[in-house]
Amino acid sequence: MKKYLPYIVTLAALIAFNQSVSAQCKGFAKKLCKLELTGYIHDGNYHAAILTEGEEAELYKTFYSGQNYRLAVCGSETLPPIEFQVVDAYKNVLYDNNQHNDSGTWDFKLESSQQLKIVVKVPVSAQKTEFPNSGCVAIMFGFQDK
Amino acid sequence: MRHHYFNLRLVSLIALFGLFMLNDSCRSGKKGQDGKEVGLEDFLSEEDIFDDIDKAKKIFYSLPSPLETAMLIKSAGATYNETVLNDLANVEKYSTNKSKALNLGIYTTDLSFACLFDQAQTSLKYMDATRRLATEMGINDAIDEETMKRLEQNLNKREIVMDIISETFLNSSSYLKENDQQEVAAIVLVGGWIEGLYIGSQMVGPNPVQGNKLVDRIAEQKLSFSIVERMLQDNKQNQLGEENRDIVELINELHSVKTAFEKIEVQTSAVKVDASDTSAVTVLKSQTKITVTPEAFAELQAAVKSLRNNFVQ
Repeated sequence: MKKYLPYIVTLAALIAFNQSVSAQCKGFAKKLCKLELTGYIHDGNYHAAILTEGEEAELYKTFYSGQNYRLAVCGSETLPPIEFQVVDAYKNVLYDNNQHNDSGTWDFKLESSQQLKIVVKVPVSAQKTEFPNSGCVAIMFGFQDK
Repeated sequence: MRHHYFNLRLVSLIALFGLFMLNDSCRSGKKGQDGKEVGLEDFLSEEDIFDDIDKAKKIFYSLPSPLETAMLIKSAGATYNETVLNDLANVEKYSTNKSKALNLGIYTTDLSFACLFDQAQTSLKYMDATRRLATEMGINDAIDEETMKRLEQNLNKREIVMDIISETFLNSSSYLKENDQQEVAAIVLVGGWIEGLYIGSQMVGPNPVQGNKLVDRIAEQKLSFSIVERMLQDNKQNQLGEENRDIVELINELHSVKTAFEKIEVQTSAVKVDASDTSAVTVLKSQTKITVTPEAFAELQAAVKSLRNNFVQ
């Protein structure tokens, strides 16, 4: 039994670490990122994950005509400003936050309903560290009541 | 030998760590921009956006939430009719994980629908039903006493009630996703989305299909159906490769809706950003071609009704 002890301790530590990081991500999305939707109603969906510098994520969603939307992409303090692009089915880049001072939000509306892809990237920090930084990244959507 | 044993331990630990970090409903994907010139006259179908998914990236599939679904139905011209909502007395019936999850989504859409039409007392009753199901599913902090009190105090303030619904849904979905129950979160979303389709299609009634805004809105849900399919496929197996029976069953149950949607055509053109617009809200210009015959719509109506009635039984 004794020889398995280090494994059990490591496993417990990993589970605890994972749970703690998850809880932080949930809190980050609810308490901080949601504030970026002020003036809009959050749709209630939860899209958040722990990402590491250099890592990318994609989100697929249908957006409907006649609705005013706000997209908010937020990263925790440990990460450099998050880059994101909004792309249509023809691979046209409709919005790139690099060209808008790394803005974390984008307000838009559509003339007709469309499936769009949100491509999110955690850039590699200019400051060299021993290990790449990881942190929570949340993608949230708000709309307006008409 | 000792060195080899140490390496094995290290590799196992790294693999284990990787496994635990896969704790979200994310999967993976690839990117490509061919930069070809496309205009509003070119059209693609609903599957084309998924062409270049790269399984090495984290992937999220986002369905309209119950609140957004209710908003879409209302903005398409639906009127309020309480008889189409799931009977509150049914809440007693749900005993399996799958039926609880589906009906948590269904009751949340009903609650959102009632709220958007300023039905204060009905909203309160449906919030109570969602609270009961969430508690039975172990999501104790999704809707607490304080939330209920806040709801009661603000029943006539639609914006606040919508905010409460949004927050309680966020609490449920974040709890499920962060406690390795992504598949349950997916079932909740599908339940809510089907309820929206059901309410919308019931509202159309015998009205003509052509030129009907509500019919077009329902037909456009074909775009979200392809996301439903991918989300369920992604959740069919857990991280250990075990099949989730509830998800497999749900995929099979959705087959009639899939067949009905296949008879409806929804094509979208490329999107152009309206650069002339200087307002804070960017306008995305594009066209969508929807082809739906009365027969195809009737088939979709019937398939959705049958599936939804099966869910609420």
